[in-house]
Amino acid sequence: MLSQHFPILLVALPLIAAPLIVLGRSGFLGWIASLAVTGAATLMAGALLAKTTAAGTISYAVGSWPPPWGIEYRVDAANALVALLVSAVALVAMPYARRSVSAEIGQDRQYLFYALLMLCLSGLLGMTLTGDAFNLFVFLEISSLSTYVLIALGRDRRALTAAYQYLILGTTGATLYVIGVGMLYLATGTLNLADMAARLPDVSDTRPGVAGLAFITAGIGLKFALFPLHAWLPGAYTYAPSVVSAFLAATATKVSAYVLMRLYFSVYGVDAVFRDMPLGPVLAVLSVAALFVASAAAIVQRDLKRLLAYSSVAQMGYITLGISLGSATGLAAAVAHLVNHGVTKGALFLLAGGIALRAGGTGLERVAGLGRTMPLTAFAFVVGGLSLIGIPGTAGFASKWALVSAAIGDGQWWVAAAVLLSSLLAVAYVWRFVECAYFRDPPQDAPAPGEAPADMTGPALALTAAVVAGGLLAAPVLEASARAAAALMGLAR
Amino acid sequence: MTDPRFVLAALAIPFAGIVLMTLARHRPDVREAMTFGAAAMLFFVVASLAPAVLAGERPAITLFEMLPGLPVAFTVEPLGWLFAAVASSLWVVSTPYTIAYLRGNGEANQTRFFACFAASIGAAIGIAFAGNLLTLFLFYEMLTLVTYPLVTHHGTDEARRAGRVYLGLLIGTSVVFFLPALIITSLLAGTLDFRPGGILGGRVGPAGAGLLLALFMFGIGKAALMPFHRWLPTAMVAPAPVSALLHAVAVVKAGVFCVVKVIVYVFGVDALAALGGAGWLTLVAGFTLIAASAVALRAQNLKRRLAYSTVSQLAYVTMAASLLTPAAVMGAALHLVAHAFGKITLFFAAGSLYTAAHKTEVGELDGIGRAMPWTMGAFAVGALSMIGLPPMAGFVSKWYILTGAMAVEHWIAVGVIAASTLLNAAYFLPIVFRAFFVAPPAGEAPGHEAPAAMVIAQVLTAAACVALFLFPGFAIAFAKSLAGG
Amino acid sequence: MGLLGHFTYWATVFILMTGLYIVIARGNLVKKLVGLGIFQTSVYLLYVAPGKLIGGTAPIVGGAFSVYSNPLPHVLILTAIVVGVATLALGLALVVRIREAYGTVEEDELLEADAKDD
Repeated sequence: MLSQHFPILLVALPLIAAPLIVLGRSGFLGWIASLAVTGAATLMAGALLAKTTAAGTISYAVGSWPPPWGIEYRVDAANALVALLVSAVALVAMPYARRSVSAEIGQDRQYLFYALLMLCLSGLLGMTLTGDAFNLFVFLEISSLSTYVLIALGRDRRALTAAYQYLILGTTGATLYVIGVGMLYLATGTLNLADMAARLPDVSDTRPGVAGLAFITAGIGLKFALFPLHAWLPGAYTYAPSVVSAFLAATATKVSAYVLMRLYFSVYGVDAVFRDMPLGPVLAVLSVAALFVASAAAIVQRDLKRLLAYSSVAQMGYITLGISLGSATGLAAAVAHLVNHGVTKGALFLLAGGIALRAGGTGLERVAGLGRTMPLTAFAFVVGGLSLIGIPGTAGFASKWALVSAAIGDGQWWVAAAVLLSSLLAVAYVWRFVECAYFRDPPQDAPAPGEAPADMTGPALALTAAVVAGGLLAAPVLEASARAAAALMGLAR
Repeated sequence: MTDPRFVLAALAIPFAGIVLMTLARHRPDVREAMTFGAAAMLFFVVASLAPAVLAGERPAITLFEMLPGLPVAFTVEPLGWLFAAVASSLWVVSTPYTIAYLRGNGEANQTRFFACFAASIGAAIGIAFAGNLLTLFLFYEMLTLVTYPLVTHHGTDEARRAGRVYLGLLIGTSVVFFLPALIITSLLAGTLDFRPGGILGGRVGPAGAGLLLALFMFGIGKAALMPFHRWLPTAMVAPAPVSALLHAVAVVKAGVFCVVKVIVYVFGVDALAALGGAGWLTLVAGFTLIAASAVALRAQNLKRRLAYSTVSQLAYVTMAASLLTPAAVMGAALHLVAHAFGKITLFFAAGSLYTAAHKTEVGELDGIGRAMPWTMGAFAVGALSMIGLPPMAGFVSKWYILTGAMAVEHWIAVGVIAASTLLNAAYFLPIVFRAFFVAPPAGEAPGHEAPAAMVIAQVLTAAACVALFLFPGFAIAFAKSLAGG
Repeated sequence: MGLLGHFTYWATVFILMTGLYIVIARGNLVKKLVGLGIFQTSVYLLYVAPGKLIGGTAPIVGGAFSVYSNPLPHVLILTAIVVGVATLALGLALVVRIREAYGTVEEDELLEADAKDD
């Protein structure tokens, strides 16, 4: 049956599509192929999520080599959810990409764009689904290398320096990760994550494991912009082409955060990370610093995409804060915010791309008067902003609710207080947009009032609608997150 | 049995109205007919629920699960019905007034204004009929957001600054205090449903109850308990109909409504009285009452004086609820109604003065009663109701609050009520005196009365103040049913 | 095993720190990439060295081969080398593009040029 091969097909399909698109040498064919691949990936990820929900963990032996000798793909409630997020965001971005890419990237290079996007998708899905620590490194590099190029495709020359900076920091992070994996491999003699988890408690000398934990935390922390390792992120998100910003903001950092959860909770286990090592307080302090420092930085930005980028650093802080609690409820809140924030930021960056196209840029002076010139886009942007604040009726509220209840339930009152107080900073940066868009007159050279083309506004509004739906009907997402947390902690069937 | 779909209809009507208004945005007459139609229909639907609620029925409907175990649900109970009835009936009355005001002052963006206005009423109805705290919180935040464009309607720098204070205080208090109070309650009780007698019974000690109550009371920033009251005077930069319907009725009443609702249905009056965690609230509310009156006394801008008077009158309701006796809770519910009719009359009058004579300061009102007898007559009725003199509605509610305070022998509360009555008289009566008995400044052209629609509106609300004194039985029946008497 | 017994690890640490120092301390984009390459090289040593047994042979199942080296690290590192080469190539390509766009590959001059753009 085909469906049993979904775990590998999800990764292989975009991986095969990428060289085919290069051979096709046509931007249009590349777009069609990408649309088909993302559509199929979304369906397969949805099917996997349904299957793991119903029947528990799926183990897939690549090439029929049984684990732990062969590479195992292990799909459970956690990574099926992340895979669905990644492929669904990619799918929503595809109709948008056609016009956005035409406007921002030269005709002769468009097919390369789609090939790279497929490589990036394949890398992210591979990181998500693989059950092998070294395989994960390879996919991490596949997604990273394609990401560097995608960012460098931005129109501004600063995209090049941003991509270079990301390349240096990203490679450093990946290398630190692979050193950490090396330590674990030396200690346990296996690279299979499940096998590693089983053998780790029997290792008498714990020092390699501890050192590995430190390397992995720093390395993956670099990849998902754990404060203060976030220097690469604002530039990368600001100068990348619109659709790339949206796709990366919604997925790339989220997948890395998932990898950290997997290694902490499935491989090392709660006790090793949070009882034997003081990673709980360390992560909590860094996260709270991210909430306040990055939010404050977002308030003073003069460019909309840069503002959103700093907001992303802050919002990642909520995810790591959930991880730092070291409890099932905290982890569930982190997973929920991973999904909810991914959708929210995806929507906001897609809207920002529409603004860039119509208003000729995303500087706040270009955004002035947007409430009159692009009323629908401006309104949707406000809705997305409300989700960043965590206003009830938006997805951000649900995960904030889960996070604060987890913190209070664990007796971590100061964490709860920090989460709530930092929301006020989010009000401040969201309202910078509101005041610009609704209280200032459009610039002299502003184009005639009108929304971005429907094929761009449509996907952006669809994600915005998902933000509202995820707020009003949050129970399914929160329940899926709780299942994911149970799977990560090995509490599930 | 009442069809619970009536409850949904009440919620849907304002929002359906927005859609129709937006569609008719290029034809002002049609648009305004839609507004009026929506208001009238809403009032009809809310009124049709009255017999069932009085008979002890609680029409309820659960829509969908928002958070695990916490659905969006609606239940119509007596207090909620009273609030919804006040909001919807005053929406009807204020609609012609609003139309006349916007036209008379040539305001811009009228469609946005009407749409946000309707959305505010919709949110207020959502608060009134909310069946649990989560639903209430959802509409509470929505009310803040949809009134923001109304507060900042003029788009000036002053409006923008006022908007920041408005939003900062209301969102700030609700996120930093109200939300954690909700989460703690749901962790303790496992539910957020409103239940007679409360849901926290036996799950918190006295200190815990006091702290949780503090989170709720300061979190409900719309009740304007000091020190989180400043948003209300700043919001007065908005056009008069907004100040009248929203910042005298819908928004602030939503605040004190939440206060009463939390005390009655989350803590439970008897349970809270047994724990004794509410004593501090009486004092804070009492302080707010006196301090706000003192500020009102010194305010020279008419709307600012009215705003501080509102802060003080809201504290009446909070204080009454905090006394935790059946009579005082009844008084709180009745004051919610009485103050609404009185204060909207005063704000209507202030708006008429601005529209017809462009007067905003108390000092400019010498002799204005001769040119605008109807406006100032209505103002006088509203002022007497604020002071609590018969034959006005304010007398009835104050009577019950005083009875409640005396029943528990809370002499501080009694003293506060007495002092504030004097202060009320001291800041309202001089205005009435100036208008009717001081000669207008020499050389000023004789003025004229405000447009008919505005005059009719304020005369109607003033008449309602008197009617509520003469025929209080209906409202008292609801209040009694709330207090469990 | 004494300190000397861990000499491969000392070498690894030395190479690692050298590479990282160059990445941080050098302002020239090409030199940074050189540092990054050295940094990655330390990983190759970290993996390969423990897999080698003195006197070990290739892993062939048979009576004559009782002691053999672990082949897996070698295979892994082959992959890592490919990744490293790809990164270096991409990095250099970016440097070429940066040089075309800015006319310099010195970090401080780039920052200056970017400050002017803002």
